Amino acid sequence: MTTTSPAAVAAVAVPARTAALDLRAIKIVVQRDLIRTYQDKTRFVSQLVQPLLFLFVLGSGLGSLTKGSTGALDLKTFMFPGILATSTLFTAMFSAMSIVWDREFGFLREMLVAPVRRSSIILGKALGGATIATAQGLIVLALAPAVHVPVSFGLIVTLMAEVFLLSFTLTAFGLAIVARITQVQTVMGLMQVLLLPLSFLSGALYPLSNLPQWLSIAVRFNPLTYAVHPIRQAVFNHLDITPAVRARLTPPIQWFGWDVPNWLQLLLVATIGISLLATAIRQFQKVE
Amino acid sequence: MNAVEVRGLRKSYGELEAVKGVDFEVKPGETFGFLGPNGAGKSTTIKILCTLAKATGGSARVAGFDVTTERDQVRRHIGLVFQDTTLDSYLSAEQNLKFHAELYGMPRETVQPRLEQVMKMVGLWDRKDSKVLTFSGGMKRRLEIARGLMHSPRVLFLDEPTVGLDPQTRASIWEYIHQLRQQEEITIFLTTHYMDEAEHCDRIAIMDVGRLVALDTPAALKASVGTDRVTIRTDNDALALEKLPHAVQTEDGIVINVEDGEAYVPKLFGSLGVAITNVSISKPSLDDVFLSYTGRTIRDSEQAPGMPAFMAAMARR
Repeated sequence: MTTTSPAAVAAVAVPARTAALDLRAIKIVVQRDLIRTYQDKTRFVSQLVQPLLFLFVLGSGLGSLTKGSTGALDLKTFMFPGILATSTLFTAMFSAMSIVWDREFGFLREMLVAPVRRSSIILGKALGGATIATAQGLIVLALAPAVHVPVSFGLIVTLMAEVFLLSFTLTAFGLAIVARITQVQTVMGLMQVLLLPLSFLSGALYPLSNLPQWLSIAVRFNPLTYAVHPIRQAVFNHLDITPAVRARLTPPIQWFGWDVPNWLQLLLVATIGISLLATAIRQFQKVE
Repeated sequence: MNAVEVRGLRKSYGELEAVKGVDFEVKPGETFGFLGPNGAGKSTTIKILCTLAKATGGSARVAGFDVTTERDQVRRHIGLVFQDTTLDSYLSAEQNLKFHAELYGMPRETVQPRLEQVMKMVGLWDRKDSKVLTFSGGMKRRLEIARGLMHSPRVLFLDEPTVGLDPQTRASIWEYIHQLRQQEEITIFLTTHYMDEAEHCDRIAIMDVGRLVALDTPAALKASVGTDRVTIRTDNDALALEKLPHAVQTEDGIVINVEDGEAYVPKLFGSLGVAITNVSISKPSLDDVFLSYTGRTIRDSEQAPGMPAFMAAMARR
């Protein structure tokens, strides 16, 4: 064992809190999530299986049924933006869930006793989840040519920005849910209950035209809808299809007969994300 | 300035008053042992000192900062090693420490030298790249101690630093703690269930049902509960007993309670007049101290709540 002489002791004075230090804290929380994901590539890849299954298996299979109504458009092309959006769902939720894991295995305590704002830690978690989910989105995006979506640099940037916004909101949503949960099993069950309804009610897999009234109302209450729609719009802007087909496949989302513009939809997603994050932060700030 | 200063500290959880007005201080550089049966209010007190819980009355200052109004300052100046591991086992030892350094905003140029220093101190430098999940219980505890020291805290809180470790590892942990005291100007505040370990402390506080029942050096505490016990065997017990009016015959031999056993025994040999074949002196232990102040042995006090905790720990594996 090596010993150090007392004279060599580096007395480290920890500086007072500044914005720069909070930024460092956010960065290291994100970095940790990235390292963990990088080390667990199996999970990263397996989280992509379900969306790809939906796209290629369900999309190809049902495509033979829907040929008449989608016109010349492949069902897979229609589903692609929806799959891109919902592929972030599981990953974002899993990132939020990891904080419960941290709580159960003690590491959360190490983070919560540090002289940094709790908000930095929670924000770091949300950004980490969003980054990982966006990276997965990029992989899904790479499959665009396989489903006849022409990619351009502009489209990639737009889609990635939208996917990042969506996954940030979803991670924040997850964090707000798990804030008071102490057991991983509980969260696992909860996620199972939430994930499929959220994606089924988002318009990711079917157009929002001619829906039964109850379903069209439910879809409008799902925040995910307001991310799926702009993402699909961005993709459809690049497709060569007739206005009639387009109107049937991506009808505008309406509130009491008013067409909700895309920017407002994205703003809505961002607002929901920020308020959910604020809720999560408040939950984690509670001191015994 | 005292390292820890506690004045009239109170904490209630609804109806239940866990801490009922506690006063004490810990001097800088001291190794301070904090003992008490489960449910004595010991953990609550520590939680308050570490800013993890809010007091409902009184005040506490740690490293010169108020735990309620200067929470971040307190956190910056204390190191914490919890009973349960708080390491990320999927990260390497070095990554765990780096995470800590970033979170505590250590000046960048100090991170690497300090990391090397603390990891060498606990003898884990050659394992810095291994993932923590490959570590034994003792190695994890050592790593936690190293991490707790990363940001050069003024006060290091060790909650049961050796619980669940084998005797050899326990001894080595204590070696690190002693070494630490020599190398760093640091105050150590620790809890333990092992009475023999409490001997390592400069002073000991015993808490029971929310109050401090004893606070002194181990030697003074032992002296306060009784005298040395001298046990002898002789060729002729009957005659010896006649000459020693205060002695009692037991299975082990004749027992005499005296103030200072070491001084008494040579005199006894000279004056008894009966051949002594065997002699032993036993000092009051901290176990006796604990028993006398709390009415329980520390093992009894631990048993009931200890088992479920153990089971939970096993179930988690």
